[in-house]
Amino acid sequence: MAEFLQYLVTGVTIGSIYALAALGFAIVYNASHVINFAQGEFIMIGGMATATLTAAGVPLPLAILAGIAGAMLVGVLIAKFAVERARNASVVTLIIITIGASIFLRGLAEVVWGKEFHRLDSFSGNAPLMLGGAVVTTQSLWVLGVTAALILATGLFFNRTMAGKAMLATSHNRLAAQLVGVNVRHVVLAAFALSAALGAMGGAVVAPITYSYTEMGIMLGLKGFAAAALGGLGNGVGAVAGGLIVGIAESLSAGYISSAYKDAVAFVIIVAVLVFMPGGLFGRAGTERV
Amino acid sequence: MSALHRHRTDALPEEPPASAPRAAAPLLRVEGLSREFGGVLAVADLSFTIAAGTVHSIIGPNGAGKTTLFNLITGVYRPSGGRVLFDGRDVTGMAPYRLAALGLSRTFQNLQIFMNMTAVENVMVGRHRHLDTRLLPALLRLPSLVRRDHAAADRAAELMRAVGLERYVGTDAASMPYGALKRLEIARALAAEPKLLLLDEPAAGLNATEKKEIGAVIRRIADTGITVVLVEHDMKMVMGLSDHILALNYGRKLAEGRPEEVARDPDVVAAYLGSHG
Amino acid sequence: MTHRLLGLGLLAVVLALLPLGLPNNFYLDMAILAGLNAIVCVGLNLLVGFAGQVSLGHAGFFGIGAYATAVLVSTHKWPALLALAAGALLSAVIAFAVARPILRLKGHYLAMATLGIGIIISIVLRTETRITGGPDGMIVDPLNVFGFEVYGERVWYWVVAGLLLVTVWLALNLIDSPVGRALRALHGSEVAAETLGVDTARFKAMVFVLSAVFASVAGSLFAHYAGLITPAKADFLKSVELVTMVVFGGMASTFGAVVGAAILTVLPQLLTVFQDYQHMMLGLILMLTMVFMPKGLLPTLAGLVQARTSLGGRR
Repeated sequence: MAEFLQYLVTGVTIGSIYALAALGFAIVYNASHVINFAQGEFIMIGGMATATLTAAGVPLPLAILAGIAGAMLVGVLIAKFAVERARNASVVTLIIITIGASIFLRGLAEVVWGKEFHRLDSFSGNAPLMLGGAVVTTQSLWVLGVTAALILATGLFFNRTMAGKAMLATSHNRLAAQLVGVNVRHVVLAAFALSAALGAMGGAVVAPITYSYTEMGIMLGLKGFAAAALGGLGNGVGAVAGGLIVGIAESLSAGYISSAYKDAVAFVIIVAVLVFMPGGLFGRAGTERV
Repeated sequence: MSALHRHRTDALPEEPPASAPRAAAPLLRVEGLSREFGGVLAVADLSFTIAAGTVHSIIGPNGAGKTTLFNLITGVYRPSGGRVLFDGRDVTGMAPYRLAALGLSRTFQNLQIFMNMTAVENVMVGRHRHLDTRLLPALLRLPSLVRRDHAAADRAAELMRAVGLERYVGTDAASMPYGALKRLEIARALAAEPKLLLLDEPAAGLNATEKKEIGAVIRRIADTGITVVLVEHDMKMVMGLSDHILALNYGRKLAEGRPEEVARDPDVVAAYLGSHG
Repeated sequence: MTHRLLGLGLLAVVLALLPLGLPNNFYLDMAILAGLNAIVCVGLNLLVGFAGQVSLGHAGFFGIGAYATAVLVSTHKWPALLALAAGALLSAVIAFAVARPILRLKGHYLAMATLGIGIIISIVLRTETRITGGPDGMIVDPLNVFGFEVYGERVWYWVVAGLLLVTVWLALNLIDSPVGRALRALHGSEVAAETLGVDTARFKAMVFVLSAVFASVAGSLFAHYAGLITPAKADFLKSVELVTMVVFGGMASTFGAVVGAAILTVLPQLLTVFQDYQHMMLGLILMLTMVFMPKGLLPTLAGLVQARTSLGGRR
């Protein structure tokens, strides 16, 4: 039982990061119908910036903010100079564009930060807590708390603020939103900025657990995409649930089945779900209109 | 099965086209057909028959369920209830490509042209079920396959001529004008050598001259013995071409009969006036 | 069509003359690797460019071919051609098994599913250490065909060039056949293709399997040529590289796929002069090309030439 609880804690912790990444995918997808393969690089930027800046003596909160700001800037630039200009390109072309962006960002990160692993201290000491027999690091609590706060804030933003509602409206009907005065181009930029901020924050809180390195975003991003597809593309709540499901399933199978196949779990789940439920767990497959 | 062979003389026109081979047999029979979208019935308990060799029009205001009906008959949608019988066979819920093999062909209200191909290649896709579609002969370009392909290209060009598109044979579909694409769809559907041809608003968006020409094309198709089902808003064309008319409203049958009967039907008049007022 | 043979003839001439312009084995090596990538891309283009079905997992099939050859030839001492055929058969069986369920998906969901399958294959190859040697990979015996050993860059070049020509010939044949038209039709309008009698599920599965087989054969040859195979050759980044070559060169253009494969195989080598900045440059070039030439290199160039000539004709 303690063992199970331990796996669950680990799973929810890493699942939180997948959830943030998946939420980022969902927000961008809603605004622009683009799957942003550079989503993982936002996580990387957050993790790397926080780790290297604190190592250089910058206070932690400031380092995190700098990482978030940097990621948001990168996100807006990608949206403005790559995605927006290729609006009418095919799905594959858009995929290649965002993959090009992610290769560029990894290359840039190698130049700026080097290829080595960077360590970041836990935010509040290394003494673990015991919870019903399971060891819970304080950093796990940070991850959970920050993720919960971000998800809540994102939910409030979309449901309570004018800007959020305008973004939602755009995702439902682009033309109608335009007609009632929503600046659709700004919505796309805002979506990239928001998803970058979520990713970078996730990267900062998870860095003490995973270390940070320039390639940390590849798998985190792909699993985030898997989680987003699991929840049904463009479904925010589904994305969060998908992230947690992937994280928990991964941790449990690593514990009980084989740790070697840990990275495959997310993809086995998503392929199985897509085969049997083509619209994702919570999505609905649309009927083609002719 | 015996029900299929029952004659429905009341559904027949008084004077079937001279060239129609078996005017008496119902080619298509729809029984209690329904389709629901999110709790709304787009087609509700609809029954009718279409006699072979006739031109049969389906009219009704926008949203009456005409296109949904086409999609149900051609297998694009699965019905929520009821049956579709084609040429004496229960084809309810059958995949579109299998229905095509039985001799059902259609055009689309919103053009569904293969924009990534030339015009003549579009029509050649219509020949698909008459060609060798195995992988290996295609990879190796076997002479037998090439011969049949050349014949198919000739036939496709012939059909394009028949609908007045001879000058567009080698043109990329993407660079053809709208009116020409409407005819291209008809040529493509004809290439399959259908028994039943469903035309979904063939005259929509065309000018008066083009409408007249397309009307003449449809007349010629019907004269070759192909049964035509026409969804169209242009009443002049409908009245001029049809042997039989089915009027729908809100997915239900409003009236049915010879053109002049349906035109006089008070429900039909009300539905049309109502939809404008 | 003479048009078809013209392109093929031109490719043959270029391939025949190319070694004259290549000063040493380093360049021949690049040409061989480009040729092997081109074989994969010509097949992948049938799926992605012509039939319009995304795959972000084809390196998995490349990997299956490569590892089938490595394991069967090096460990079990099978004849090379038999191992190559076995790898192709295994790829075909796996591709066929997954094709129908996943090719019902569209757009990003299809991208996700193929990506997932590719990653699962690469993780299996990386993890089954006892058979595959794990992350360090496997040493592979040289290619030996009926006692004749294919050895040295020069011989390899002619083998790969010949096979590339055959691949291009097969692809061109296919595109201009009822099967090829069915594939292009289901790309243009799936519902229209269906109502014209095209069993779209069958043709999607057919082209998926065919492209997997092309990738597998190229993988087998690569394993022999390189003499070493690692799981990296089957992973997500390799899959992305392959699709990028197709899209870069021009979707639905067979010669575009060859050009894309050639350029993107050579480009990273050229970019090494930028040293630390090479990845940045590669990412930037990909982004800019796709933003400004979303149709890819060859179709865009062809469009420009066409616009020029029609303009000139009017003058």
